[in-house]
Amino acid sequence: MGFEKFGRKSFTGITKTAKFVDLLTEGKIEGTVCKQCGAKYFPPRSDCAACLSKDMDWFEMPKKGTLETYTIAYYAPFGFEKDCPYTMGVADFSDGLKLFARLAGDIKPEDVKVGMAVSVRPLKYDDDQMSFEIIKA
Amino acid sequence: MAKDVAVIGVGQSSFVRGYAGSIRELAFEAFREAMQDAGITKKDVDASIFCSAPEYDKQRSPAGVLAEYLGLIPQPTFYIETVCSSSSSGVKVGYSMIKAGLHDVVVVVGFQKMSEITSAESQERMGRGADIQWEAPFGTMMPAYYALYAQAYMAKNGLTHDDLMNVRVKSGTYGQTNERAVYRKGVKPSDFDPNNPDARMAGAVAWPLRVGDACANADGSSCVILASAEKAKAFSKKPVWILGIGGASEAVNMAARPDFSKGLSVGYGAAAEAYKMAGMTPKNIKVAEVHDCFTIAEIMAYEGLGFAPMGDGKQLIREKATYKEGRIPVNVDGGLLSKGHPIGATGGSQIRTIVLQLRDEAGPMQVPGNPDIGLVHNVGGVGLYGSVTIFGR
Repeated sequence: MGFEKFGRKSFTGITKTAKFVDLLTEGKIEGTVCKQCGAKYFPPRSDCAACLSKDMDWFEMPKKGTLETYTIAYYAPFGFEKDCPYTMGVADFSDGLKLFARLAGDIKPEDVKVGMAVSVRPLKYDDDQMSFEIIKA
Repeated sequence: MAKDVAVIGVGQSSFVRGYAGSIRELAFEAFREAMQDAGITKKDVDASIFCSAPEYDKQRSPAGVLAEYLGLIPQPTFYIETVCSSSSSGVKVGYSMIKAGLHDVVVVVGFQKMSEITSAESQERMGRGADIQWEAPFGTMMPAYYALYAQAYMAKNGLTHDDLMNVRVKSGTYGQTNERAVYRKGVKPSDFDPNNPDARMAGAVAWPLRVGDACANADGSSCVILASAEKAKAFSKKPVWILGIGGASEAVNMAARPDFSKGLSVGYGAAAEAYKMAGMTPKNIKVAEVHDCFTIAEIMAYEGLGFAPMGDGKQLIREKATYKEGRIPVNVDGGLLSKGHPIGATGGSQIRTIVLQLRDEAGPMQVPGNPDIGLVHNVGGVGLYGSVTIFGR
């Protein structure tokens, strides 16, 4: 339980990584790291694909990254129409870690550039859904 | 290169909006044409495979229902799914069953009836063909995913919106000559001009991709009949042999993807495997069908298949090298962009086009010079599954 709180609209109710949503409410954006082999994952996983371990710990995502790519959605899938237009992108951090999210609504589309410095912060919607968003660094 | 398994019959329905029939009737259209093409009867068929993307229609476990309607019971049947590349995956499995000696003749049917749901519902279903746990909650959809690739690719490689438009102009050129295509009009640069009030293709869908950069949803079916060497020689005057098959997969989540400016990794992976199996290089290919669900996808496919160096696919469209008269004709049936993309039917339709080309039976779409080797590149999801198949006479 708990994961239905993730994102604008969640399609998954139960996952072993539901603690991710609790961490968001505490202001933390965390991935998982394998205690056996040290492999890091974002989005978080409860099983390590590298060494098959299920012994995972949480770690806080880096804050400084660059925007690898983005798109501005002028048309939305069913259930997201009211948010249009919105920008989504991939932030590239150190350690081989990347993150996919929407960009903060206060960033004007014309100000978004591939390669710009970005960070990431938790986001609480009016209906108490929890997410995270990419912001200007 | 071994000639162990051949295509002995191909068929497809017209690709249309709002097919006036159910999925079983839609599937029958392609099946009838392929059976008549092969000149065989249902007693000659040892097994069937049905391929589609789930959740566009309400039928669960469609294989049994369609096998009955096609008259292919009591032979074994089952269902294969890799979303947009489902029927290429079905052909791969059919090939494997014949090569293993389990069966001699296998029918592979791809089908999709997308018109039973709205376009927005369809985008939501397609978005859920990606990562529903970590990405769909942001409001993802197929055009947005491909736009992520387009944005990074354009920023690094100097690809322009005009280049993308010219891919669509090319598909329009050939869509007009394909009587089975859903979009049969030509496409002009003015259709993409934002200052032209009548421009049908200029509106942004997921920037940098516009309406005209995206293929059309459609209802359609395809059928490919495979046979062992012995049966192929007995049944067919013009067998077309499967010479190479390659496949690959990639991380579903965008956060786990390699450099977006380099295109889809599965295109490279599947191509390398298929070329190796066929003992061929890109230079051997005389005609190709590639997965142009979006204009950017065709440019990326050129590179994955080795028709152009990485980052330089734009030169092929600028030089018109992928037109019918060019160095390497690509999607001269209109591609997904003009022919339409009824998801589960697409791979089989691409295979049909290449088989007709190699038999010199493609009519107004026929590539000159009697091509002997052809290639099909079919991608599932956002570069989630890759499939490349090489065919020869």
